[in-house]
Amino acid sequence: MLTQILRLALLTLSLLLPTQMVRAQDAAVDIPAQVTALGEASLRELGAIVTTLASTGDPSVVPVLTALGEGNLYLDETSGAVVIQRGSSITDPLTGEAVDLGADADLSRIRVNNGLRRDISAALSGMTLMSDNPGTRLSAAQGFLAKPDAANLPLLDEAIAAETEANVRSAMQAARAVTILTSEDASVEDKNAAVPQIVSGAGRNAITILTGALANAPDEVKPTIQSAISGLEQGRAVWGALQNVWFGVSLGSVLLLAAIGLAITFGVMGVINMAHGEMVMLGAYTTFLVQLVIRQNFPGLLDYSLLIALPVAFLVTGAIGVGIERGIIRWLYGRPLETLLATWGLSLILQQTVRSIFGPTNQMVIAPTWMSGSTDFFGLAITYNRFWIVIFALIVFFMLLLILNRTPLGLQMRAVTQNRRMASAMGIRTPFVDAMTFGLGSGIAGLAGVALTQIDNISPNLGQNYIIDSFMVVVFGGVGNLWGTFVGALTLGVANKFLEPYAGAVLGKILILVLIILFIQRRPRGLFALKGRAIEQ
Amino acid sequence: MNFTRAKSALLAAALAGSISLPMVPAMAQEDTIKVGILHSLSGTMAISETTLKDTMLFLIEQQNAKGGVLGKQLEPVVVDIASDWPLAAELARQLIEVDGVDVVFGCWTSVCRKSVLPVFEELNSLLFYPVQYEGEESQRNVFYTGASPNQQAIPAVDYLMSEDGGSVERWVLAGTDYVYPQTTNKILEQYLLDKGVAPEDIMINYTPFGHSDWQTIVSDIKTFGSAGKKTAVVSTINGDANVPFYRELGNQGIKAEDIPVVAFSVGEEELSGFDTTPLVGHLAAWNYFMSVDTPENEAFIADWQKFIGSDTRVTNDPMEAHMIGFNLWVAAVEKAGSTEADAVIDNIVGLETPNLTGGIAKMLPNHHITKPVLIGEIQDDGQFFVVWETEDLVPGDAWSDYLPESKMLEADWTAPINCGNYNTETKTCGGSAQ
Repeated sequence: MLTQILRLALLTLSLLLPTQMVRAQDAAVDIPAQVTALGEASLRELGAIVTTLASTGDPSVVPVLTALGEGNLYLDETSGAVVIQRGSSITDPLTGEAVDLGADADLSRIRVNNGLRRDISAALSGMTLMSDNPGTRLSAAQGFLAKPDAANLPLLDEAIAAETEANVRSAMQAARAVTILTSEDASVEDKNAAVPQIVSGAGRNAITILTGALANAPDEVKPTIQSAISGLEQGRAVWGALQNVWFGVSLGSVLLLAAIGLAITFGVMGVINMAHGEMVMLGAYTTFLVQLVIRQNFPGLLDYSLLIALPVAFLVTGAIGVGIERGIIRWLYGRPLETLLATWGLSLILQQTVRSIFGPTNQMVIAPTWMSGSTDFFGLAITYNRFWIVIFALIVFFMLLLILNRTPLGLQMRAVTQNRRMASAMGIRTPFVDAMTFGLGSGIAGLAGVALTQIDNISPNLGQNYIIDSFMVVVFGGVGNLWGTFVGALTLGVANKFLEPYAGAVLGKILILVLIILFIQRRPRGLFALKGRAIEQ
Repeated sequence: MNFTRAKSALLAAALAGSISLPMVPAMAQEDTIKVGILHSLSGTMAISETTLKDTMLFLIEQQNAKGGVLGKQLEPVVVDIASDWPLAAELARQLIEVDGVDVVFGCWTSVCRKSVLPVFEELNSLLFYPVQYEGEESQRNVFYTGASPNQQAIPAVDYLMSEDGGSVERWVLAGTDYVYPQTTNKILEQYLLDKGVAPEDIMINYTPFGHSDWQTIVSDIKTFGSAGKKTAVVSTINGDANVPFYRELGNQGIKAEDIPVVAFSVGEEELSGFDTTPLVGHLAAWNYFMSVDTPENEAFIADWQKFIGSDTRVTNDPMEAHMIGFNLWVAAVEKAGSTEADAVIDNIVGLETPNLTGGIAKMLPNHHITKPVLIGEIQDDGQFFVVWETEDLVPGDAWSDYLPESKMLEADWTAPINCGNYNTETKTCGGSAQ
């Protein structure tokens, strides 16, 4: 706090005389009165008050404006007091002390719109540029980037001189460069020198800023800006292709998750399970229920609710899968059409049951903080939810591979599917293995459901959207081969994402279907066909 | 796949059977007025339409408590169209011919309305359609209580162009690939071009129903928005695809301050399954918001939540439209003294009923109604904060004034014109563009 005051004092001293006079005038503003006025103000009046408050330069208004921008500033209708509410704590906006409003308090939020939010963040940038927190300084510099104003130049110079963090300084320099580039009085040399600083400091916004500045720039500067833009665009084209690969991998991983359970029930057991999508849907609803319980009873664990939901969803859908196998499918082995119809009917029953219990509307699963937002990986924008789903799909895939190839259960599964009578003669309890295999496939569908809560609707129709794609992946990859499913899912994902920018989402999907039909004509057994006598049965 | 049709038909038949069965004893009573409710209670549209079915039951219950209509009690007849449009036409016929309903409230999608239209025309019955739609239609037997494009899309674009809305100069028109978004975007594109927006500043994008992988499109929008001009997205994305779309926007860090999205199909009901914190500031254009602070609205919400037995259930725009349509129908029946379709059609034009936002909804000769237009910003509690509204009520326009092929067309179902597409240039009915 002390250093902050010292810095502000220094800053005030270093400012030019006219600015000082402005500050002196504004000292007459009655800050508490203005803050109270926020309570009853209309949108337009709010804008005026924000400007007035910001012009005081008083650090005590920073929390007020921050709270207003975030929607945490409230008016108590009973007493007319303006307070900050965060969670259950109610504080005075200026002093930061806790306020007790009594029992009959009636808090209503002071609402702001987009325009006002922009103004507030610009106003805050000026006041928080010297903050102790590098993150705050960085966002202040970014605020200046978005709204350059020549009057801020001295402040920026001051901040750049004092800055110790390299990335914050580069953002500040970019902000300064933008200000120079857009200001009327800066010289051509200064403007030309400013362009490279924008390229290096403004990150992904550089193109936006430069294109915006191009129209109003003097003719001498235009070539510099133009060449900077084309340099950036070349870079973007290269990264754009990589970005497409990433999008494709992430779409492929979703397909893989949805299809891999099917690869077991359909691929390994040969059961056409139309209710597979509903297992995914039930996994998603299990996640919703798990999160509901956690939110009500253990709010501290909310960030881990997805991890807790994973085993629960696996067990629930796995158990339902075993039930379906024992109850319906075992009577229908060797009769694919009947199996198809029975599981189809089952899928409708499951959908309508869920609709009757939970209602037709979407349910909400809150994204944990570690799955929200995105990061810049060089030029790639990678969203965390997609990233974790890719990792999760890989883990599930290799675990499954391990189970099938390295455990006794996996051995028995393969034995039963390859030659049921021989396996039975060797003492394997084939009905038990059938149930376990189907349960495993269903359980993995449930795991997919947990992951899908992060990117799709949790509604009774969730599974329907994936069943066709899943069959497509399994057939394309080659029935009975997990690696085929893996390669098939990723191929389809990447191909889809490369077609989409050219053909559009609708036509892209149609093209993929046509390509698969052609492919299946040439290779009816898919990418990785099983060989040997077993398959000829 | 052939099975899909068979599957839905089977299911729907089974469901329709199971739902109408309990009604059989009630049908024995002669002295009731039957009201048909034609909504999807299963399939993709169930998410939106089930609430409308409940709304109708709620309105009918309220009316019966007030003594019914013409001294008779109202009796709801519910059928499930299972998001299957040919089935919707069959069930509409069944409602009118077999169940003998006097009026039908129903449909959500335009394709549903288009497939039941011929049935209502042929059997001369009444349909009240409660959802915003693309316009370019006016039919004698249909009353459009949702918004036409000039009551939703055009004012929303005007708002974004204004200084308050951020002086937007570059536009992304993103929609689901079917008739409502296609027609609306056609009107909007023409309107923007007329306003002097350059063709390269408009990007149009369509996606299939239920699209869930928005990575490429959101990243394209981001690139499109980085041309130095203020950019906005006008979204006619419908149904389930919205949640993944907004989620991807939030995750890729597109904030409402940078690129606002104004949606025409996202309301309180759609947001109720959703954590809206990353969406704060994105916009929606409607004629009603649950957050509107009027005594009428407060009473409506309280009664609705009591009826449905949950104090967390939200209200939305199509619900208000059903309420207005229902009240207008009741008023017309009482004025005509009969539930005959012709009598109601002749008497309903010009009738007024209060809406929930403090204004008056009036049935116009083109079978559309007057509505206020509100622009709301999404809040973190899933509600909307009204940032802009039209000063006056806007009369619904059946035929868009911005499309060259329909600007000379007018609809007027009163004498002497009595025509749904009257050409004001040639003074003939049924005049098309040629």
